[in-house]
Amino acid sequence: MATIAAVIASTHHPFYYRASTSTGADRPPFADEWVAKIESFRETLTRAEPDILVMVGSDHFHQLWLDNMPQFLIGKAPFYDGNFYNEEREFGLPRMLLRGHEELSSYLLRAGIDAGFDLAFSNELRIDHSITCPLITLRPEADLPIVPIYTNIFAPPLPQPRRFVELGATIRRLVEAWPSDQRVAIIGTGHLSLELGGPRQFGPHGPDPEFDRKAVQWIASADLDGALAEVSLESLWLPGNATHGFMDFMLMMAVAGPSVHADYVDSLDLFHTMEAYFTWYPKGDSQ
Amino acid sequence: MSKYLLNKFLYTVDRDAELVERYRNDPRGTVSWWEAERANVILNIPEMERSTWLTFTEAEREALSAHDYVTLFELGCHNFLLLTLFIALFERDYDEPLAFQREFAARLSHWTVPYPDIAT
Repeated sequence: MATIAAVIASTHHPFYYRASTSTGADRPPFADEWVAKIESFRETLTRAEPDILVMVGSDHFHQLWLDNMPQFLIGKAPFYDGNFYNEEREFGLPRMLLRGHEELSSYLLRAGIDAGFDLAFSNELRIDHSITCPLITLRPEADLPIVPIYTNIFAPPLPQPRRFVELGATIRRLVEAWPSDQRVAIIGTGHLSLELGGPRQFGPHGPDPEFDRKAVQWIASADLDGALAEVSLESLWLPGNATHGFMDFMLMMAVAGPSVHADYVDSLDLFHTMEAYFTWYPKGDSQ
Repeated sequence: MSKYLLNKFLYTVDRDAELVERYRNDPRGTVSWWEAERANVILNIPEMERSTWLTFTEAEREALSAHDYVTLFELGCHNFLLLTLFIALFERDYDEPLAFQREFAARLSHWTVPYPDIAT
Protein backbone atom coordinates (compact mmCIF):
# COMPACT_ATOMS: atom_id res chain seq x y z
CA MET A 1 0.00 0.00 0.00
CA ALA A 2 1.03 3.61 -0.53
CA THR A 3 2.65 5.53 2.30
CA ILE A 4 1.44 8.93 3.35
CA ALA A 5 4.81 10.60 3.72
CA ALA A 6 3.48 13.90 5.06
CA VAL A 7 0.29 15.89 5.50
CA ILE A 8 0.78 19.62 5.07
CA ALA A 9 -1.62 22.49 5.49
CA SER A 10 -0.88 26.14 4.98
CA THR A 11 -2.14 29.46 3.83
CA HIS A 12 -1.36 30.44 0.24
CA HIS A 13 -0.27 34.04 0.10
CA PRO A 14 0.06 35.02 -3.56
CA PHE A 15 2.55 37.80 -2.77
CA TYR A 16 5.20 35.42 -1.41
CA TYR A 17 6.82 34.85 -4.80
CA ARG A 18 7.22 38.55 -5.50
CA ALA A 19 8.33 39.37 -1.95
CA SER A 20 10.89 36.57 -1.86
CA THR A 21 12.42 37.34 -5.26
CA SER A 22 12.49 41.13 -5.03
CA THR A 23 15.73 42.96 -4.29
CA GLY A 24 16.93 46.38 -3.22
CA ALA A 25 14.32 49.04 -2.63
CA ASP A 26 11.60 46.74 -3.95
CA ARG A 27 12.19 44.17 -1.22
CA PRO A 28 9.64 44.59 1.57
CA PRO A 29 10.98 44.76 5.14
CA PHE A 30 9.24 41.53 6.16
CA ALA A 31 10.66 39.50 3.25
CA ASP A 32 13.72 38.04 5.00
CA GLU A 33 11.73 36.72 7.97
CA TRP A 34 9.07 35.33 5.63
CA VAL A 35 11.67 33.56 3.46
CA ALA A 36 13.33 32.05 6.55
CA LYS A 37 10.02 30.68 7.77
CA ILE A 38 9.15 29.27 4.35
CA GLU A 39 12.55 27.60 3.97
CA SER A 40 12.11 25.95 7.35
CA PHE A 41 8.60 24.84 6.37
CA ARG A 42 9.87 23.54 3.02
CA GLU A 43 12.33 21.29 4.82
CA THR A 44 9.41 19.44 6.42
CA LEU A 45 8.31 18.27 2.99
CA THR A 46 11.80 17.68 1.63
CA ARG A 47 12.75 15.29 4.41
CA ALA A 48 9.54 13.29 3.90
CA GLU A 49 10.93 12.29 0.49
CA PRO A 50 7.61 12.22 -1.35
CA ASP A 51 7.14 10.72 -4.81
CA ILE A 52 3.73 12.28 -5.53
CA LEU A 53 1.94 15.39 -4.28
CA VAL A 54 -1.83 15.46 -3.82
CA MET A 55 -2.66 19.17 -3.88
CA VAL A 56 -5.91 20.48 -2.39
CA GLY A 57 -6.89 24.01 -3.38
CA SER A 58 -9.69 26.12 -4.76
CA ASP A 59 -9.98 27.79 -8.13
CA HIS A 60 -10.56 31.56 -7.80
CA PHE A 61 -12.80 32.03 -10.86
CA HIS A 62 -9.99 31.25 -13.25
CA GLN A 63 -11.10 28.15 -15.11
CA LEU A 64 -14.22 27.23 -13.13
CA TRP A 65 -17.15 29.55 -13.64
CA LEU A 66 -20.73 30.05 -12.55
CA ASP A 67 -22.24 28.46 -15.67
CA ASN A 68 -20.93 25.08 -14.56
CA MET A 69 -19.57 25.08 -11.03
CA PRO A 70 -18.39 21.85 -9.40
CA GLN A 71 -18.28 21.49 -5.60
CA PHE A 72 -15.39 19.00 -5.51
CA LEU A 73 -13.24 18.24 -8.55
CA ILE A 74 -10.18 16.08 -9.19
CA GLY A 75 -7.87 16.71 -12.11
CA LYS A 76 -6.88 13.75 -14.23
CA ALA A 77 -4.40 14.84 -16.87
CA PRO A 78 -0.79 14.12 -17.81
CA PHE A 79 0.14 17.78 -17.32
CA TYR A 80 -1.18 20.91 -15.68
CA ASP A 81 -0.22 24.37 -16.73
CA GLY A 82 -0.20 26.80 -13.87
CA ASN A 83 -1.16 30.42 -13.24
CA PHE A 84 -3.19 32.86 -15.28
CA TYR A 85 -2.70 36.25 -16.89
CA ASN A 86 -4.48 38.08 -14.09
CA GLU A 87 -2.31 36.32 -11.49
CA GLU A 88 0.81 37.40 -13.37
CA ARG A 89 -0.62 40.91 -13.50
CA GLU A 90 -1.58 41.22 -9.85
CA PHE A 91 0.90 38.97 -8.07
CA GLY A 92 3.79 38.60 -10.50
CA LEU A 93 3.39 34.81 -10.47
CA PRO A 94 5.34 32.84 -13.09
CA ARG A 95 3.91 30.44 -15.64
CA MET A 96 4.50 26.85 -14.52
CA LEU A 97 4.08 23.35 -15.90
CA LEU A 98 3.46 20.38 -13.60
CA ARG A 99 3.33 16.71 -14.43
CA GLY A 100 0.17 14.90 -13.43
CA HIS A 101 -0.14 11.44 -11.90
CA GLU A 102 -3.04 9.99 -13.87
CA GLU A 103 -3.02 6.62 -12.16
CA LEU A 104 -3.59 8.12 -8.71
CA SER A 105 -6.13 10.57 -10.14
CA SER A 106 -8.10 7.71 -11.72
CA TYR A 107 -7.97 5.72 -8.52
CA LEU A 108 -9.14 8.62 -6.35
CA LEU A 109 -11.97 9.44 -8.73
CA ARG A 110 -13.26 5.87 -8.95
CA ALA A 111 -12.83 5.08 -5.27
CA GLY A 112 -14.05 8.51 -4.18
CA ILE A 113 -17.25 8.23 -6.23
CA ASP A 114 -17.77 4.74 -4.88
CA ALA A 115 -17.29 6.11 -1.36
CA GLY A 116 -20.18 8.52 -1.82
CA PHE A 117 -18.62 11.69 -3.29
CA ASP A 118 -20.01 12.51 -6.73
CA LEU A 119 -16.72 14.04 -7.79
CA ALA A 120 -16.37 16.17 -10.89
CA PHE A 121 -13.26 15.68 -12.96
CA SER A 122 -11.19 17.60 -15.47
CA ASN A 123 -8.91 16.27 -18.20
CA GLU A 124 -7.57 19.73 -19.01
CA LEU A 125 -7.10 21.83 -15.93
CA ARG A 126 -5.04 24.95 -15.55
CA ILE A 127 -4.19 25.30 -11.88
CA ASP A 128 -4.23 28.65 -10.12
CA HIS A 129 -2.32 30.16 -7.20
CA SER A 130 -4.12 28.04 -4.60
CA ILE A 131 -2.00 25.15 -5.88
CA THR A 132 0.98 26.92 -7.45
CA CYS A 133 1.72 28.98 -4.32
CA PRO A 134 2.32 25.93 -2.11
CA LEU A 135 4.42 24.44 -4.87
CA ILE A 136 6.50 27.62 -4.96
CA THR A 137 6.91 27.58 -1.19
CA LEU A 138 7.26 23.84 -0.57
CA ARG A 139 8.67 22.37 -3.79
CA PRO A 140 9.96 25.15 -6.02
CA GLU A 141 11.65 22.60 -8.28
CA ALA A 142 8.10 21.60 -9.28
CA ASP A 143 9.57 18.20 -10.19
CA LEU A 144 7.00 15.82 -8.68
CA PRO A 145 3.77 14.63 -10.32
CA ILE A 146 0.64 16.06 -8.78
CA VAL A 147 -3.02 15.22 -8.33
CA PRO A 148 -4.98 18.49 -8.02
CA ILE A 149 -8.18 18.48 -5.98
CA TYR A 150 -10.37 21.56 -6.10
CA THR A 151 -13.03 22.48 -3.57
CA ASN A 152 -15.62 25.21 -3.84
CA ILE A 153 -15.02 27.68 -1.00
CA PHE A 154 -15.81 30.57 -3.26
CA ALA A 155 -19.15 30.55 -5.06
CA PRO A 156 -22.25 29.97 -2.90
CA PRO A 157 -24.04 27.66 -2.41
CA LEU A 158 -21.05 25.90 -0.83
CA PRO A 159 -20.85 22.41 0.65
CA GLN A 160 -21.17 22.28 4.44
CA PRO A 161 -17.98 22.26 6.58
CA ARG A 162 -18.80 18.71 7.63
CA ARG A 163 -18.57 17.65 3.98
CA PHE A 164 -15.04 19.03 3.71
CA VAL A 165 -14.12 17.01 6.79
CA GLU A 166 -15.67 13.87 5.35
CA LEU A 167 -13.81 14.35 2.09
CA GLY A 168 -10.53 14.82 3.92
CA ALA A 169 -11.02 11.62 5.90
CA THR A 170 -11.92 9.79 2.70
CA ILE A 171 -8.83 11.06 0.86
CA ARG A 172 -6.66 9.86 3.74
CA ARG A 173 -8.28 6.42 3.79
CA LEU A 174 -8.15 6.00 0.02
CA VAL A 175 -4.51 7.03 -0.36
CA GLU A 176 -3.53 4.64 2.43
CA ALA A 177 -5.39 1.86 0.62
CA TRP A 178 -3.89 2.62 -2.80
CA PRO A 179 -2.02 -0.46 -4.01
CA SER A 180 1.31 1.21 -4.71
CA ASP A 181 4.72 1.52 -3.16
CA GLN A 182 4.79 5.28 -3.69
CA ARG A 183 5.22 7.89 -0.98
CA VAL A 184 2.42 10.43 -1.19
CA ALA A 185 2.38 13.85 0.46
CA ILE A 186 -1.05 15.43 0.81
CA ILE A 187 -0.86 19.21 0.79
CA GLY A 188 -3.76 21.60 1.13
CA THR A 189 -4.04 25.34 1.42
CA GLY A 190 -6.75 27.59 2.72
CA HIS A 191 -7.24 30.77 4.65
CA LEU A 192 -7.57 31.97 8.20
CA SER A 193 -9.66 35.13 8.60
CA LEU A 194 -9.52 37.00 5.33
CA GLU A 195 -11.35 39.91 3.76
CA LEU A 196 -11.14 40.64 0.04
CA GLY A 197 -13.30 43.21 -1.67
CA GLY A 198 -14.80 44.50 1.59
CA PRO A 199 -14.36 47.22 4.22
CA ARG A 200 -11.97 45.19 6.40
CA GLN A 201 -9.48 44.33 3.65
CA PHE A 202 -5.73 45.05 3.75
CA GLY A 203 -5.50 46.17 7.35
CA PRO A 204 -2.27 45.82 9.37
CA HIS A 205 -3.33 42.31 10.45
CA GLY A 206 -5.95 39.77 9.44
CA PRO A 207 -9.50 41.03 9.91
CA ASP A 208 -10.15 38.85 12.98
CA PRO A 209 -7.04 38.02 15.06
CA GLU A 210 -9.19 36.25 17.66
CA PHE A 211 -10.55 33.86 15.03
CA ASP A 212 -7.00 33.32 13.76
CA ARG A 213 -5.77 32.46 17.25
CA LYS A 214 -8.51 29.89 17.69
CA ALA A 215 -8.09 28.55 14.17
CA VAL A 216 -4.35 27.95 14.61
CA GLN A 217 -5.12 26.03 17.82
CA TRP A 218 -7.77 23.94 16.07
CA ILE A 219 -5.47 23.12 13.17
CA ALA A 220 -2.36 22.43 15.25
CA SER A 221 -4.26 19.85 17.30
CA ALA A 222 -6.55 18.73 14.42
CA ASP A 223 -9.41 19.60 16.76
CA LEU A 224 -12.22 18.83 14.37
CA ASP A 225 -14.82 18.65 17.12
CA GLY A 226 -13.87 22.12 18.31
CA ALA A 227 -13.88 23.57 14.81
CA LEU A 228 -17.12 21.90 13.76
CA ALA A 229 -18.84 23.07 16.93
CA GLU A 230 -18.10 26.72 16.18
CA VAL A 231 -17.85 26.94 12.40
CA SER A 232 -20.77 27.03 10.00
CA LEU A 233 -21.31 28.40 6.51
CA GLU A 234 -23.06 31.34 8.16
CA SER A 235 -20.49 31.98 10.90
CA LEU A 236 -17.58 32.07 8.46
CA TRP A 237 -18.81 35.37 7.03
CA LEU A 238 -18.11 37.05 10.38
CA PRO A 239 -14.28 36.86 10.57
CA GLY A 240 -13.98 38.15 6.99
CA ASN A 241 -15.77 37.73 3.69
CA ALA A 242 -13.19 35.32 2.24
CA THR A 243 -12.85 33.15 5.35
CA HIS A 244 -14.69 30.16 3.86
CA GLY A 245 -11.24 29.09 2.71
CA PHE A 246 -10.85 27.86 6.28
CA MET A 247 -12.88 24.84 5.20
CA ASP A 248 -9.86 23.65 3.21
CA PHE A 249 -7.94 23.68 6.49
CA MET A 250 -10.76 21.62 8.02
CA LEU A 251 -10.41 19.16 5.15
CA MET A 252 -6.69 18.92 5.87
CA MET A 253 -7.26 18.44 9.60
CA ALA A 254 -9.33 15.40 8.66
CA VAL A 255 -6.54 14.15 6.39
CA ALA A 256 -4.17 14.45 9.35
CA GLY A 257 -6.64 12.56 11.52
CA PRO A 258 -8.86 13.81 14.33
CA SER A 259 -6.99 15.13 17.36
CA VAL A 260 -3.56 14.34 15.91
CA HIS A 261 -1.18 17.11 16.89
CA ALA A 262 0.89 18.58 14.12
CA ASP A 263 4.60 17.81 14.19
CA TYR A 264 5.44 21.27 12.90
CA VAL A 265 3.55 24.51 13.55
CA ASP A 266 4.55 28.01 12.59
CA SER A 267 2.81 31.26 11.79
CA LEU A 268 3.58 34.77 10.66
CA ASP A 269 1.46 37.82 11.37
CA LEU A 270 1.61 39.57 8.03
CA PHE A 271 -0.19 42.60 6.68
CA HIS A 272 -3.84 41.78 5.95
CA THR A 273 -3.61 38.09 6.87
CA MET A 274 -2.12 35.63 9.32
CA GLU A 275 0.09 33.09 7.57
CA ALA A 276 0.18 29.62 9.12
CA TYR A 277 2.14 26.45 8.37
CA PHE A 278 1.48 22.90 9.64
CA THR A 279 3.03 19.49 8.94
CA TRP A 280 2.06 16.06 10.20
CA TYR A 281 4.02 12.83 9.74
CA PRO A 282 1.44 10.02 9.93
CA LYS A 283 4.13 7.37 10.30
CA GLY A 284 5.97 9.25 13.01
CA ASP A 285 8.70 11.78 12.45
CA SER A 286 10.13 11.50 9.00
CA GLN A 287 13.55 10.00 8.43
CA MET B 1 -31.40 41.70 -10.26
CA SER B 2 -28.81 39.93 -12.42
CA LYS B 3 -25.88 39.33 -10.10
CA TYR B 4 -24.76 36.52 -12.38
CA LEU B 5 -24.47 38.88 -15.35
CA LEU B 6 -22.61 41.52 -13.32
CA ASN B 7 -20.15 38.84 -12.26
CA LYS B 8 -19.89 37.62 -15.85
CA PHE B 9 -18.91 41.12 -16.95
CA LEU B 10 -16.26 41.40 -14.22
CA TYR B 11 -14.97 37.90 -14.95
CA THR B 12 -14.69 38.23 -18.71
CA VAL B 13 -13.08 41.68 -18.55
CA ASP B 14 -10.65 40.71 -15.77
CA ARG B 15 -9.22 37.79 -17.76
CA ASP B 16 -8.57 39.84 -20.93
CA ALA B 17 -5.77 42.43 -20.90
CA GLU B 18 -7.21 44.40 -23.83
CA LEU B 19 -10.65 44.54 -22.26
CA VAL B 20 -9.20 45.75 -18.97
CA GLU B 21 -7.70 48.76 -20.78
CA ARG B 22 -10.82 49.33 -22.83
CA TYR B 23 -13.00 49.31 -19.73
CA ARG B 24 -10.62 51.66 -17.92
CA ASN B 25 -10.55 54.17 -20.78
CA ASP B 26 -14.16 53.96 -21.99
CA PRO B 27 -16.34 52.38 -19.32
CA ARG B 28 -19.69 53.43 -20.72
CA GLY B 29 -18.88 52.39 -24.27
CA THR B 30 -17.38 49.10 -23.12
CA VAL B 31 -20.42 48.22 -21.01
CA SER B 32 -22.76 49.06 -23.87
CA TRP B 33 -20.75 46.99 -26.36
CA TRP B 34 -20.36 44.11 -23.91
CA GLU B 35 -24.07 43.94 -23.12
CA ALA B 36 -24.96 43.95 -26.82
CA GLU B 37 -22.28 41.55 -28.03
CA ARG B 38 -20.96 39.44 -25.15
CA ALA B 39 -23.53 39.20 -22.36
CA ASN B 40 -25.31 36.25 -23.91
CA VAL B 41 -22.27 34.29 -25.05
CA ILE B 42 -22.00 31.06 -23.05
CA LEU B 43 -18.31 30.81 -22.42
CA ASN B 44 -17.43 27.26 -23.34
CA ILE B 45 -19.72 26.61 -26.30
CA PRO B 46 -19.80 28.09 -29.83
CA GLU B 47 -21.01 31.66 -29.98
CA MET B 48 -23.91 30.78 -32.28
CA GLU B 49 -25.44 28.84 -29.36
CA ARG B 50 -25.74 31.97 -27.27
CA SER B 51 -28.39 32.69 -24.68
CA THR B 52 -31.24 35.06 -25.50
CA TRP B 53 -32.32 36.54 -22.19
CA LEU B 54 -29.48 38.20 -20.30
CA THR B 55 -29.62 41.98 -19.77
CA PHE B 56 -28.55 44.42 -17.07
CA THR B 57 -31.02 46.44 -15.06
CA GLU B 58 -30.61 50.18 -15.47
CA ALA B 59 -29.01 50.43 -12.02
CA GLU B 60 -26.51 47.70 -12.85
CA ARG B 61 -25.63 49.22 -16.21
CA GLU B 62 -25.08 52.60 -14.60
CA ALA B 63 -22.92 51.21 -11.78
CA LEU B 64 -20.65 49.43 -14.24
CA SER B 65 -20.56 52.46 -16.55
CA ALA B 66 -19.55 54.73 -13.67
CA HIS B 67 -16.83 52.37 -12.31
CA ASP B 68 -18.92 52.56 -9.12
CA TYR B 69 -17.53 49.69 -7.09
CA VAL B 70 -19.39 50.72 -3.95
CA THR B 71 -22.72 50.27 -5.69
CA LEU B 72 -21.50 47.06 -7.35
CA PHE B 73 -20.62 45.71 -3.90
CA GLU B 74 -24.09 46.70 -2.69
CA LEU B 75 -25.69 44.99 -5.68
CA GLY B 76 -24.07 41.72 -4.55
CA CYS B 77 -21.19 41.36 -6.98
CA HIS B 78 -18.70 38.70 -5.96
CA ASN B 79 -16.18 40.41 -3.70
CA PHE B 80 -13.12 38.71 -5.21
CA LEU B 81 -14.01 39.51 -8.81
CA LEU B 82 -14.82 43.08 -7.90
CA LEU B 83 -11.57 43.66 -6.06
CA THR B 84 -9.36 41.93 -8.61
CA LEU B 85 -10.68 43.83 -11.60
CA PHE B 86 -10.67 47.20 -9.87
CA ILE B 87 -7.09 46.68 -8.71
CA ALA B 88 -6.20 46.10 -12.35
CA LEU B 89 -8.04 49.25 -13.35
CA PHE B 90 -6.87 51.73 -10.75
CA GLU B 91 -3.97 50.53 -8.59
CA ARG B 92 -1.58 52.12 -11.08
CA ASP B 93 -2.92 55.59 -10.27
CA TYR B 94 -1.72 55.47 -6.64
CA ASP B 95 1.83 56.08 -5.46
CA GLU B 96 1.84 53.93 -2.32
CA PRO B 97 1.53 50.12 -2.34
CA LEU B 98 -1.99 49.02 -1.33
CA ALA B 99 -3.23 52.63 -1.32
CA PHE B 100 -6.02 51.84 -3.77
CA GLN B 101 -7.01 48.72 -1.82
CA ARG B 102 -7.23 50.78 1.39
CA GLU B 103 -9.30 53.46 -0.28
CA PHE B 104 -11.60 50.73 -1.59
CA ALA B 105 -12.02 49.50 1.99
CA ALA B 106 -12.59 53.01 3.35
CA ARG B 107 -15.32 53.73 0.81
CA LEU B 108 -17.14 50.62 2.07
CA SER B 109 -16.57 51.44 5.73
CA HIS B 110 -20.27 52.14 6.33
CA TRP B 111 -20.85 48.40 5.91
CA THR B 112 -20.74 45.85 8.70
CA VAL B 113 -21.70 42.20 8.45
CA PRO B 114 -23.91 40.92 7.03
CA TYR B 115 -22.74 42.26 3.69
CA PRO B 116 -24.94 42.07 0.60
CA ASP B 117 -25.59 38.48 -0.43
CA ILE B 118 -23.22 37.30 -3.19
CA ALA B 119 -25.00 34.01 -3.86
CA THR B 120 -26.07 33.62 -7.49
